[in-house]
Amino acid sequence: MIKTDAVIVGAGPTGLFCAHQLGIIGLKCEIVDNLNKIGGQCIELYPDKPIYDIPAVPECTGEELTNNLIKQIKPFKFNFHLNDRVQELNKENDSWIVKTSNGKVFRTPNVIIAGGVGSFEPRKFPTKSAEKFDGTSVLYSIKDKTIFKNKSVIIFGGGDSALDWAIELSNNSKVSLIHRRDEFRGAPANVKKIKELSEKNIINLFTKYSIKDVKGNGSLEQVEIKNEEGKSKILKADYVLGFFGLIMQLGPIAEWGLNLDKKVIPVNTANFETNKKGIFAIGDICTYPGKLKLILSGFHEGALAARGCFKYARPNEKYRFEFTTASNTIKDRLGVKS
Amino acid sequence: MAKIKYIEHSGKVHIVEVQNGLTVMEGAVQNDIPGIDADCGGSMSCATCHVYVKEDWYDKLPKKEMGEDDMLDQAYEPNSNSRLSCQISVSDDLDGLTVHLPEKQV
Repeated sequence: MIKTDAVIVGAGPTGLFCAHQLGIIGLKCEIVDNLNKIGGQCIELYPDKPIYDIPAVPECTGEELTNNLIKQIKPFKFNFHLNDRVQELNKENDSWIVKTSNGKVFRTPNVIIAGGVGSFEPRKFPTKSAEKFDGTSVLYSIKDKTIFKNKSVIIFGGGDSALDWAIELSNNSKVSLIHRRDEFRGAPANVKKIKELSEKNIINLFTKYSIKDVKGNGSLEQVEIKNEEGKSKILKADYVLGFFGLIMQLGPIAEWGLNLDKKVIPVNTANFETNKKGIFAIGDICTYPGKLKLILSGFHEGALAARGCFKYARPNEKYRFEFTTASNTIKDRLGVKS
Repeated sequence: MAKIKYIEHSGKVHIVEVQNGLTVMEGAVQNDIPGIDADCGGSMSCATCHVYVKEDWYDKLPKKEMGEDDMLDQAYEPNSNSRLSCQISVSDDLDGLTVHLPEKQV
């Protein structure tokens, strides 16, 4: 069990800056994110897209913004728990017991939800029949590529994940690549390679096809694909891989007993606390009259939520407002010379 | 101003007047029409405002810009009638546009 002053759910820009604000006022925190990297939507959805509305930063990309935020909180040495998701929140006296999907447990008076639109999950096949093979022979990510050796592998998708794996697995497996249109969004070099492998009959390429059904008694045997004219084909299959990108789902947050307004959490704008004492919501996931889904709003919300955490984390102390330009205590925390 | 008809997957019809300059996605969100999530808020970074537009209207819409088809690859059951509604700007020319909503967005 890890004891801390606050657990931040979500390592996007809002969560990162809130961590900074906690550090500035002398509180500790632990940051949990479902993705395998820091940065949230900025890094997952638009790392290369320029952002023009960060105050005093005329232009920066999602990746640059993330890197600068990481640099800004470096002095505090907070722990990140990536590839992990907060599953359960339970109240115990004045603390929240926070459990993650990897089995980590935190005890904290404060939980700050900075979860954006929820956690990123792979988009799955729409076909019901794919569900019963989910995790065994229908997969959305690859942990151990050796399982595919000498097998028939059907890969769906048109982005780099699909193309990379089609190229890689074609060395030792019978690979078919299926994509819903003629154009691929993957890198040009990958697309060229796929076309070469297809011409040499190393990869079976089916464009303008999508999945219709998966079949098998006990284990997977066949995949049926269809085109828009309704023509279908049956392919022998040991494994089916789907790479359709990530979707965002609210996930377990919906089960924590918080008031929800559709998919967002109403908060008190004095401290961004939710209807539960010690649980705060900031960034895209919170709502209040006038809410703007801007990164800069998330920064403001995080600064106030951090102050809101202080009284639960240090019930016997009085919070004192200080400027970073003037406070020696803050400079010590940042590790800079006063 | 254009009257836009949104048809839910269940067949339920919503007809709303949408101001010029707004997108078809915004027309749905502002009028609480279920079936369009628009998680990313209109920055063409997700595929949760996916709609189907039948041929009669599809060809009259401004063509897809770069990137829209890439995002549509990640939508739920896309086909050749698919569009992202955040990329369709409303103008008088679109009066009477009908869009069909998919069974779900995620």
